[in-house]
Amino acid sequence: MRGATTTQAPPAGRDTTAGVPRRRGVELALLFGAVVVCLLGYTAVGLATGGAVPPDARSYAAGLGGIALLTHLAVRLRAPYADPLLLPIAVLLNGLGLVLIYRLDQATPGERAAPTQLVWSTLGVALFLLVVVCLRDHRVLSRYAYVCGLAALILLIVPIFFPALNGARIWVRFAGYSFQPGEFAKLLLAVFFAAYLAAGGHALAHSGRRLWFLRLPPGRVLAPVVAIWLVSVGVLVLEQDLGTSILFFGLFVVMLYAATGRIGWIVLGALLATAGAVAVARLEPRVNGRVQDWLHPLAGTEAGGAGPGQLAQSLFAFAAGGKLGTGLGEGHSALIGFAVKSDYILATAGEELGLAGLAALFVLYALLVAAGFRAALALRDQFGRLLAVGLASILALQVFVIAGGVTGLIPLTGMAMPFLAKGGSSVVTNWVIVALLVRLSDRARADAVPRT
Amino acid sequence: MTRSIKALSAFCLLLSAALLANAVRIQVFEAKTYDTNPANRRPVIARYGHPRGDILVGGVPVTGSKDTRQRLRYERTYRDGPLYAPVTGYASQTFGTSLLESAADGVLSGSDTRLDLMRLWHRFTRTPQPAGAVETTIDPAVQRAAYRALHGRTGAVAAVEPTTGEILALVSTPSYDPGGLSGNDGKVAQNWARLTTDPRQPMLNRALSRTYPPGSTFKVVTAAAALEHGIVTDPNARTDTGSPYTLPGTTTRLRDGSRHCAHASLRRALALSCNTVFARLGVRVGLPGMLATARGFGFNDSGLRIPAPVAPSAFGRRLDPAQLALSSIGQFNTAATPLQMAMVAAAVANHGTLMRPYLVDRLTDANGTTIDHTRPVVLRRPIHSRTAEILQRLMVGVVSHGTGRQAALPGAVVGAKTGTAQHGVRNAGVPYAWFIGWARQREEHAPRVAVAVVVEGAKSRREDITGGGDGGPIAREVMRAALRR
Repeated sequence: MRGATTTQAPPAGRDTTAGVPRRRGVELALLFGAVVVCLLGYTAVGLATGGAVPPDARSYAAGLGGIALLTHLAVRLRAPYADPLLLPIAVLLNGLGLVLIYRLDQATPGERAAPTQLVWSTLGVALFLLVVVCLRDHRVLSRYAYVCGLAALILLIVPIFFPALNGARIWVRFAGYSFQPGEFAKLLLAVFFAAYLAAGGHALAHSGRRLWFLRLPPGRVLAPVVAIWLVSVGVLVLEQDLGTSILFFGLFVVMLYAATGRIGWIVLGALLATAGAVAVARLEPRVNGRVQDWLHPLAGTEAGGAGPGQLAQSLFAFAAGGKLGTGLGEGHSALIGFAVKSDYILATAGEELGLAGLAALFVLYALLVAAGFRAALALRDQFGRLLAVGLASILALQVFVIAGGVTGLIPLTGMAMPFLAKGGSSVVTNWVIVALLVRLSDRARADAVPRT
Repeated sequence: MTRSIKALSAFCLLLSAALLANAVRIQVFEAKTYDTNPANRRPVIARYGHPRGDILVGGVPVTGSKDTRQRLRYERTYRDGPLYAPVTGYASQTFGTSLLESAADGVLSGSDTRLDLMRLWHRFTRTPQPAGAVETTIDPAVQRAAYRALHGRTGAVAAVEPTTGEILALVSTPSYDPGGLSGNDGKVAQNWARLTTDPRQPMLNRALSRTYPPGSTFKVVTAAAALEHGIVTDPNARTDTGSPYTLPGTTTRLRDGSRHCAHASLRRALALSCNTVFARLGVRVGLPGMLATARGFGFNDSGLRIPAPVAPSAFGRRLDPAQLALSSIGQFNTAATPLQMAMVAAAVANHGTLMRPYLVDRLTDANGTTIDHTRPVVLRRPIHSRTAEILQRLMVGVVSHGTGRQAALPGAVVGAKTGTAQHGVRNAGVPYAWFIGWARQREEHAPRVAVAVVVEGAKSRREDITGGGDGGPIAREVMRAALRR
């Protein structure tokens, strides 16, 4: 997945003051393209659903263009060597997400979600700017590893004291806005894991007793990590949110593997995950239902059935899209009903943009993740490398779990499609993730510059 | 660490490949299965996503489409719903379609391939094919006259143009408003439940879908058979039939309402509607001959479409002589729809040629361009023109000095036959009054209209005269309106 790009500096370029092309011009051009694509999408939705260009198309364009310019300026000034793909992909995905949510708003009058999503996106961009401008060196973060771990724990515990929403106790409601602290927690946990493993990775890899082909690290090294993991998973089981708990566990295993290079961790993790999944599927009727849905998505549509379930409706939507899609605003993914703008947002993309659009989205996510891994490979400090791997893995796992879920590849677990899905906490967190990746890739590519 | 990071990126690449492959599976290879799943509402949504084409009567739409802004967006509306319900039928989001709405659904819903010459282009641009329109043969004045004349009674009228087969009127009462069945709300289900459980059966199309014993109106067919098969050569000669007539092989004696029926000529027997004469004539013609003539007029044909299906009318295929005698006067198992009896009158009026009855004059696309035009087609030639002309004179006699006097129209030549059909156990049911007839302008040769009227629950006596009394005035109004065309 590592592209043929420039971790090794080519000798000359247009922008060669430091020996490595900065590629800010490419970024600006891509940003322009991203804004144009989103604006066209927004207009297409208006034309298809209302027969007219949406009245606020101009302010939408101005807003998105402003965001693009502002973030670009911040990157140009403060992270000039950053990977030029990161920011345009984030803007494009966020803009497309807004288009899709706005499109679904047309089908569900009375439940407007796009304005709120816009507020959250703005907040996310603000945090992006804050991180890019204020965080000059990512290594500062490793000093706050334990603070991050503690904060993650607190964020995970807080929602227990708030009422459950749709069966999951993961929400905090405040002043009309609700958000999921768990979304921020995964970011903090990535920082904590990275710092902790960077410091103790060697011990994990090369000490301790051997058990069969696994080499178990000594308890004093492993205990805090396992404790954090146990607590977070325990809290999540209490909060009835399988998706986030799978994400945390996956993140933990991936970072452990990255740090130690021992395939044994992956095997152990997979075994534990399988055991856990089987146990939960047996004990938890909700999860069991999800597995049954996955095995027989069309069961409800047969004679005597309860009608098509959400997954069946989602598959109908994807199938209706076919190769080229129905066109924005011309599909009927609103039939999915509940969670069509959040968990199932990809079905709208699949129906209205078709396989072509869906493949494009997958490629965008793949590029985003690849940028993270590329930074990880080029960075020289352990903490930075692990953090980049962690952040890229958060995105990759999320995309795979939810996209695989709504297309019937794996049992469905509720999770937000990064940047696309409705959900304030998610979009804010994703902007911070991209900001950190910008910072990390800037350092990675700047380090490749021969210092004088 | 570099090695493990590379392995992880390879793993992520694998995951994206899996996602993509799965998307291809669903969106390309299995798409058809999902698209055609009956639980998938998209085809229904598409069907109601654009206005339904109109049904036109006399060039004016009697239907419409209302934008409900619901998921099943356009809802059918009807102008003069009860008047045209036996023609249009209903088009309901919940209960499907019937009659013309069903038979012409392809054009009305826009799925008919003839509607769109640039089909491939429209599929590429994803523009839905706009619906076409159906122009009926119904004459609004004739339809309205029939509906008004039947008002308050239970019955049906079918009127056709004998020379072409165009159906001019199709009325069934009591009727209903099909507009109450279109739409998505609970009111529709309520209306459906109310209409389908109503003992007066307002949704039954009595002109097409209900068969009645035709009673004495069937004597026209028996007379035709007797003339065609040479049993009677001179309609003015006395027939060798005493009154009452003992049914062959039984002791049952068939009586007449009139004292003048004994040995009456064919002319007098038809004018007075003598049961004895026609029962005996039927027996003398014999079952094969009677069957052949009845079939020629359209009986025992289950394939008739106008294009909505018409209930088959029946003449018994296996009858003993006594049953044949009763069948020949339109009793026993003989059963006919009003449209069938209008066809009998039409064939006689059209000099022995029975035209295929049809309801759709032409189909047009959204721009009004004709995409299909119905041409008159000969269905059968049940009798020779000479026989037909004798029958015409006999039927005119029924109006001039027989049971059908109520149907006389100034300036026109009108032929008719009345009937009262008994039914129920031991004929205890309230009889059905029948009236069939045809009319032409006095100075013209070609007939203008043939009509059949049936009224359930005849008002007065169980005599043939009631057919004339109940059905005659209705038939007269219908023919009067048709002659003004």
